[in-house]
This record gives sequence, structure tokens and C-alpha cells, in this order.
Amino acid sequence: MQQFIVLPLIIPLLMALTALVRLRSFRRRLALIGALANLLACIALLIITETGNIQVSQMGGHPAPYGISLVVDPLSAMMLTITAIILFTSVIYSRTAIDANRERFNYYPLLGCLLLGINLAFMTGDLFTLYVAFEIMLMSSFVLLTLGGERGQLEGGLKYVILNVVGSTVFLIAVGLTYAVAGTLNLADLAQRLAGVGPESRDMTTVLAGLFLLAFGIKAAIFPLFFWLPASYHTPPIAITALFGGLLTKVGVYSMWRVLVMVFPNELVVLQPLLLALAMLTMITGVLGAVAQMELRRLLSFHIISQIGYLLMGTALLTEAGLAGAVFFMIHVILAKTALFYISGIAYEAQGSYDLKKLGGMRKMHPGVALLFLLAAFSLAGLPPLPGFWAKLLLIRAALEIGQYGVVAVALVVSLLTMYSMVKIWNEAFWKPPAAGRAAAMLTRDDRRSLFIPASVLVILIVVVGLFAEPMIRLSSQAARSIMEPALYVESVLVENGVGE
Amino acid sequence: MLIIFAITAGVVFACGVYLMLRRSMVRLIIGLSLLTYAVNLLIFSVDDLSTRAAPIIDAVSEEQMADPLPQALILTAIVISFGMLAFSLALAYRASQAAQTDNIDVLQSTDRDM
Repeated sequence: MQQFIVLPLIIPLLMALTALVRLRSFRRRLALIGALANLLACIALLIITETGNIQVSQMGGHPAPYGISLVVDPLSAMMLTITAIILFTSVIYSRTAIDANRERFNYYPLLGCLLLGINLAFMTGDLFTLYVAFEIMLMSSFVLLTLGGERGQLEGGLKYVILNVVGSTVFLIAVGLTYAVAGTLNLADLAQRLAGVGPESRDMTTVLAGLFLLAFGIKAAIFPLFFWLPASYHTPPIAITALFGGLLTKVGVYSMWRVLVMVFPNELVVLQPLLLALAMLTMITGVLGAVAQMELRRLLSFHIISQIGYLLMGTALLTEAGLAGAVFFMIHVILAKTALFYISGIAYEAQGSYDLKKLGGMRKMHPGVALLFLLAAFSLAGLPPLPGFWAKLLLIRAALEIGQYGVVAVALVVSLLTMYSMVKIWNEAFWKPPAAGRAAAMLTRDDRRSLFIPASVLVILIVVVGLFAEPMIRLSSQAARSIMEPALYVESVLVENGVGE
Repeated sequence: MLIIFAITAGVVFACGVYLMLRRSMVRLIIGLSLLTYAVNLLIFSVDDLSTRAAPIIDAVSEEQMADPLPQALILTAIVISFGMLAFSLALAYRASQAAQTDNIDVLQSTDRDM
């Protein structure tokens, strides 16, 4: 039973290996089967951990804290499941959105490696393995981003690679220093040992927390470390942009929760004013960047940054209610963001441009797509009863509870501006008559299926999460609790499966 | 011993950052690899730098053993940074071919309207 939890690692690996076959139709089918198997395994893990029970497996049979622990707690299981859903839809979407040439140069195996890195990051109970997971994820994302070798991709890719490698370097420095200070890299062991650190060595651990904030801040694209994101995210094909936009920055935020909130709670209290300021600035700069854009992919890329600000806000409140709001927001934003990228991909396939000035008339041509867009956009902006509203409600209520009125004001204004830029897309791409002299491309039946199904699935999930918010909020609270009160986590990893005290 | 080590690591860090701030793509990548070397030195200094014995159970007593973990970390980090270096060199080569320059300041086509 304990070994069952390695499935989200084994399946992506198998998916990557089997998708190397040269037969085109096989390759797709194998990738689809792999993504589906991964989804089923993750759902099973979610059901097992749903009651708050934590699954631990010690790799190679070495007891914690000496071996590598894989841990699936409620938060990990949620993140694994949402990742699996996005990846599954992405494989379907790639049928049309990825050209044959990219497919031939091992697009699907790279997807498998990316999934492996992301899943490992969510499951590992060890700082150094987290570093390795980041590297697996980054390496596959580097290749996916530059696959095809167009000029824009190479230029954007270079900036993305350099800044992310610098981020990894900072992360590695922090890991090395943590080992010097605490003598362990196992997260459960660290949480236990650093909780006992007296005020005299608090300065050192606060510096460590700052270094981790810097490293994860680069990955998560928070202000002022986000410049790699708008420079690169709009360059690859839309299927890749959607996948990155939905998932990659969120792994950085997850690592903040797992490492900063769980291991360095006392140090975060010192950093709280900084975190709050960063959250506000991230929200504002992201949304202002988005408002200024007339290109769909860039506009949505800037929105990624702005949404990261909300996640950081929930983290910075340092209360269980705030973190629960952030977890719920995470689920919502992954779904909504990916759906919006999928829909802009449909607009591109139908009209041959991402430029809002050149688009138009989508409402008449594809009324179904217009409906999907409205639902996803309203959710992103935070209209009830969609999940964006519940997430923002939770975040704002948590902020009001501890009297952080400034961040509440910023969050509300940014919501309004989000709505404004979504209305801009609606007016330009859907509402206004099609630009003169632009012939609409006819989508084949096959294209329609592979483009519309993923977007519809995500939007249906958004609506379902919004209508049945209560169980999702309960799950989020439980996930937040497993981070804020790591006692159960520590006990599961160290006492039941480790050498014990 | 530790102070020499610290100064060396610091100097390598400084060189790496200096090179990364230059405009040339090649220097950028050399700077990046210097950074990773500096990190490896830093991790190496986590264990005290005395000449201790290799950590082999039964052959050496526990007090005389060196801590094997920093070394394992460095080994992994070296392998990863090697892969990164190879990839970024190839990428920089292709990017400089596509843009006809190795000046990073000129690489702005993705920031303008396409």
C-alpha cells in the first residue's frame, strides 16, 4: 500500500519512455493513456488522503531522515490531481495545437518528463529532492519552450533559461546553508528542529527564509522577479503556453507553502511586511501590464503574475484562513488560466491571429466558445457563483480578520482591473464585427473536437467547483491545516516510518 | 582554512556575477557556470574542512568520518549544472545565429509587437 504512492512518478516516466516510439498515432495514444493513468492514480491518492491521512514512502527502505521520503498529504494530493487534469486536457489539445514537426521531435516524451518533475516536486519530503525536481521540471520546460527553434522562442527561451538557472542557484545556496545550520534536509525533521531554534540563531534562519523566498519568488514570478515570464511565455505554441501558464509558476508557490510556511513559520513573521508589500506590488504590476496589452497571449501572461499576487497575499497573512483561501484560489486559477489560454488558442485557429485588433466576430462564429470564455473570464475576475468569487471572498475575509486593510483594497481594485481587461478581450475578439478582409479558417471536425473538449472540460470543472464550493473549501482548509500545523506531517514521516525519536 | 575557502567562494561568486552583467552571450554563460562552481565550493565548506577519513562503516570510527552528504549533494549539483551548461550553450549558439549577434541588449524582438 505504501509503495502505491510512487505511481505518479512511475507513470510519467513510462509515458515519457513509451511516447518515444516512432509511430505517430501510437505516440499520441500512448501519451493519452499515460495521462489518463496518471489522473486515475492521483484521484485515488486524493480519495485516500481526503480524510486527512498522510501517505509516506521511504525510498530504498532507508528510514527518515536519512533516506528520501515521498509524502502525500492533502495539499500534495490536491496539487497532483489538478496537475493531472490539466496535463490530460493538454494532451488532447495538443492534437491540433502542436504541429507534426514538433510532435516528431519528442513533444510527448517531454510532456512526460515535465509531469515527472512537477509530481516529484509535489511529493518530495526532502529539500534536496525538491531541488532535483525543480531541475527536471525546468530542463523539460526549457526544451518545450524552445522546441521548434523560431527566433522569438530562442530569444525568449534564453531569458527564461538564464533567470531560472540563477533562481536554481539561489535555491541551491539556501539548501547548502540550511544543511550547515540544521544538519538535515528532511522537511519533517527540519520543521521539528527549527521550531526549537532559540532567538539567538533566529537571524541566521531568517536569512535562510529570505533566500528561499528569493529562489521561489523567481520560480513563481513575483514582483520584482517576474521579468522572464512576459518575455518568454507568449513565444511557444499555445498548448505549451497554456500548460506553463497553468502549472509552472504554481509549483513555485506550492514550494513556498511547503518550505517557508511549514518549516520557517517564526521567520515568516519577521518577513510578513515584506511579503504583504510584495503581494500588493505583484498584483498591481501584473494587472497593469495586462491592461496595456493588445495581444491575447501577452495579456494573459501578465494576468498570471497578477494572480500570483493573490496567492502570495493568502500566504502572507500567515493565518490558516488565509492559506485556505490561497489553496482554493490556486485550484481556481489553474483551471481558469489554462481554460483562457485554450480559448485564445481556439480564436487563433479560427482567425489566424492573437492580436485583439485583428480578431472579431467570435460571438457569432462560435457562440459556444463565447460562452466558455465568459464563464472562465468571470471566474478569473471573481463574479459569483464562480470559484474566483469564493476564493477572493475567503482571502479578503482572512485579511480583514487580522486588520490588513491595505491589501484588501489592492485586491479589490485589481479585481476590477481584471474585469476591465477581460471585457476588453470580449469586446475586441467576440463582440465587434470581424475585421474586413479576414477570411475565417474552417476548423475540421477533428480540430473542433480536440480544441473544444479540453476547454469545455475545464470550464465545466470551474462551474462545478463554484456551485459545490463547500466541499472544496473544506478540502482547502484541510490542506492549509496540514501546512500550518505540521505536527501530523512530522509524526507520519519521522515516527511511523523513520527511526523515531 | 575555512577563511581561505570563504574568500575563494566569494571571489568566484563575484566573478560570475560580473560576467553575467556583461552584454556578451558567451560571457553570460561562463558567468553562469562560475556561479554554479561557487555554490559547489559553498556546499563543500558545510562540513568542516579538516582531513577526515572516507565514510566507510567498520573501516573508520564514526568520529573520524567526513560527512558524506555535502559531497553527494555537490556530485548531483555538478551533474545537473553540466547538463544546464550544455543546454544553454546550444541555446545561445542557436539564438546568436537567429539574431545575428551575441549582444544580449539587441534581443528584444519578443518584447515588441510581432
